[in-house]
Amino acid sequence: MPKHLVSSVAEIPPGSRKIVEVAGRSIGVFNVGGEFFALRNRCPHQGAALCTGQLGSAVTSKGPGHYEVDRSGEILRCPWHGWEFDIRSGQSWFDPEKVRVKSYETAIAPGSSLAPPAPGLVPGPYIAETFPVSVEESYVLVEV
Amino acid sequence: METPNPPLIDCDVHAVLPVFEALLPYLPAYWREQVEQTAFKGPVDPWYPPGLPTAARASTLPADGSPAASRVGLVQAGVLDAAPHPSFAILNSDCAVESLHNPDAAATVAQALNDWIASEWLAKDGRLRASIVVASQFPELAVREIERRADDPRFVQVLLPVRSEAPYGSRNFRPVFAAAASHGLPVALHYGGSPGNPPTPVGWPSFHVEDYAGVTGVFQTQLISIIAGGVFDEHPALRLVLAEGGFAWLASMLWRFDKNWKGLRREIPWVKRPPSDYVREHVRVTTAPSDAPEDPAQFASAVAQLGSDEILLYASDYPHDHGDTFAAGGWDTVPAGVRRKMMSDNPRSLYRL
Amino acid sequence: MSKATTAATLVDCDIHNAITPAAVARHLPERWRQYHAQFGRRITPGDFYPKATPMASRTDSWPPGGGPPGSDLAFMRKQLLDAWPIEFGILNTLITIRNQYRDYDAAMATAANACQIAEWLAPEPRLRASLLVPFEDSELAVAEIRRHAGDKRFVQVLIPSRTSEPLGRRKYWPIFAAAAESGLPIGIHFGGWSGGHPISGAGWPTYYIEYHTGMNQTFQAHLISLICEGVFEEFPKLKVVFIEGGVAWIPPVLWRLDRSWRQLKAETPRLRQLPSEYFREHFWLTTQPIEEPPEPGQFLEMVAHLDMDDRLLFSTDYPHWDFDSPDSALPSVLPAGLRQKVRRDNARALYGFA
Repeated sequence: MPKHLVSSVAEIPPGSRKIVEVAGRSIGVFNVGGEFFALRNRCPHQGAALCTGQLGSAVTSKGPGHYEVDRSGEILRCPWHGWEFDIRSGQSWFDPEKVRVKSYETAIAPGSSLAPPAPGLVPGPYIAETFPVSVEESYVLVEV
Repeated sequence: METPNPPLIDCDVHAVLPVFEALLPYLPAYWREQVEQTAFKGPVDPWYPPGLPTAARASTLPADGSPAASRVGLVQAGVLDAAPHPSFAILNSDCAVESLHNPDAAATVAQALNDWIASEWLAKDGRLRASIVVASQFPELAVREIERRADDPRFVQVLLPVRSEAPYGSRNFRPVFAAAASHGLPVALHYGGSPGNPPTPVGWPSFHVEDYAGVTGVFQTQLISIIAGGVFDEHPALRLVLAEGGFAWLASMLWRFDKNWKGLRREIPWVKRPPSDYVREHVRVTTAPSDAPEDPAQFASAVAQLGSDEILLYASDYPHDHGDTFAAGGWDTVPAGVRRKMMSDNPRSLYRL
Repeated sequence: MSKATTAATLVDCDIHNAITPAAVARHLPERWRQYHAQFGRRITPGDFYPKATPMASRTDSWPPGGGPPGSDLAFMRKQLLDAWPIEFGILNTLITIRNQYRDYDAAMATAANACQIAEWLAPEPRLRASLLVPFEDSELAVAEIRRHAGDKRFVQVLIPSRTSEPLGRRKYWPIFAAAAESGLPIGIHFGGWSGGHPISGAGWPTYYIEYHTGMNQTFQAHLISLICEGVFEEFPKLKVVFIEGGVAWIPPVLWRLDRSWRQLKAETPRLRQLPSEYFREHFWLTTQPIEEPPEPGQFLEMVAHLDMDDRLLFSTDYPHWDFDSPDSALPSVLPAGLRQKVRRDNARALYGFA
């Protein structure tokens, strides 16, 4: 599947995100501790802009009164009804097998490999006249 | 006597105190004197005002004017030896113990009531089993009474009134569930209760019919609380019985609760599965009243919406009259397999009979 | 947007405009402005269940220009009124009537209604509003209803579902009389503070999920009370809308109530027909938060059991977190004709938008 250049790495520092339009889809691109993840910006429940939701921890419990917190910033909560999705896989928390949001492969590529657009790389929002790719920067690609 | 094969169990039959003084032989000396000399003549249970059509079917009223179901012979004639000929009947008795603010009065009355049931009912007919009445508003004392009865196999469940001062899933009530679970006893929430707080979120209704029809809201509160509080997560073997509150309200409540859980589960992270899963595994509901609609097809779909044929428990609710009886054929549209389970398999599995 | 009459348009019967303290203050007389600033923010004792999100709102509904969700009309247009083909939207302002100091309650209701007119209804012709009243004081409530008599932009009288008594009780009857006389339905909307009663019939629950899942219990108490007290014999023209209670819980209540009443009708000699008949004659229901059964067929069964196709009113509850999206909240199995009634025609008929 074609890879789309969606952002410079610098534009999405760790802990932040960017919403992009790629191939007719709204996609949220997240930087979690230097790793990038991309999810469809559409909750499978009622279509909310999922990727604008709060990022939180995975909350588990061994029993009433116990709260275990892990993987800070890796659980995405839908801004509407609060469904939780694992940012790494797109799986919902409450039913990982049957309820998920589409997740996309990402990759980082140095500017030197991208300008002008390399074969197999579909021009994305950054390949436009006003946003030239720089060989000194790295870029985030999303496969859609 | 005809014994149905497999055995059929009636899961809600009442043993009614004829008068509070019937407990005098079972009270310690101090309390006997209190009853004889003070205004304390036992708690008053307002939930079936005598004389109401719902309080007793006409056929259950003894000729001598004593209350319906007030002695074992009446229950033998009216339940055990009558259609549909149950092999066992579970006695639920109560006398508004939870209305007593004095903890010692509450614990003493509960103990005396259980002693009365044991000697004047259970000892008289091997087909009878009973629920343990406890001072539900004082968890420590309730635990003590459970411990006292736990080794008597004729006591098969712990009884709580559905109305309480705080929902039963609240943290400080946990020891009661722990005690029941440790002895393999189901806990039953039964229509009734006089804790002192209003039966609705908006205060006190004017009419009895409002209390009576509206009590399903309290059953819902309790069930939601018990699941949300993690009672079943802490006690995976525990079973909960909802008695005499109907069941038609359950499916739509679970649609709401499951939906909410998906987005709100972080507040109660010990609840790891949808609430409806817990209900299918842990909760059983008696069939009287059925609250059936006029249309039998609608009734059949209400039963099917429960999503499990292991939830229902047959009950006559003798001597109460809810205007619908099993014998009237109201259950004919429900598949035979479901009816057999509710009359036999489900209660036998629950009470290990 | 013009008054489109295509099948695609809809009426949103529950929108929450947030009237901030500053906005109310703009419309309060000086004496009450001072009181409001100093004493007005008393909390509601006991009723503290932190919502899953700030202001119980969608986390994407905070206006970029500042202010809480629902406080910015321009942003409400962007996220709601213009995002879907909404022909009319009905505001249910949730400014809390404190339910303690009656004169203050009355002043706040009057100010909130004035604010609605000036800052919401005047600039946005698609909006209609519910009239806030100090509902625990029927004399003051009736005065507020009379103050706005004839202003067709107020389409109903708003009472929150947590009241200090079940709503069928006599103390509320003058409000029903005034509403019926004005041709206004009573809109009972989830929320409020019931003067200290715990939020359930078994005391105070622990968690917000219990609070939310138990929402129908307040509506149930009012349903039973309004009918059993004979309110609809006294006020045969009165209409009642349950707003934000969901719908699927109703058929079992009607079954039980009919059965109970058949046996116990001696207690309520004023009633001449089954409770369910009163209900179907006098009540409307907004759909949100819509229940989601595991099988679509069960939703259709529920609709059939409810038998109120002409009484269902679509609502979003924007901007709250349990928002129902106009695109996807109503299950796809709903037949097209019923869908159009729910999305538009029933509301047009009830509120006179035709």
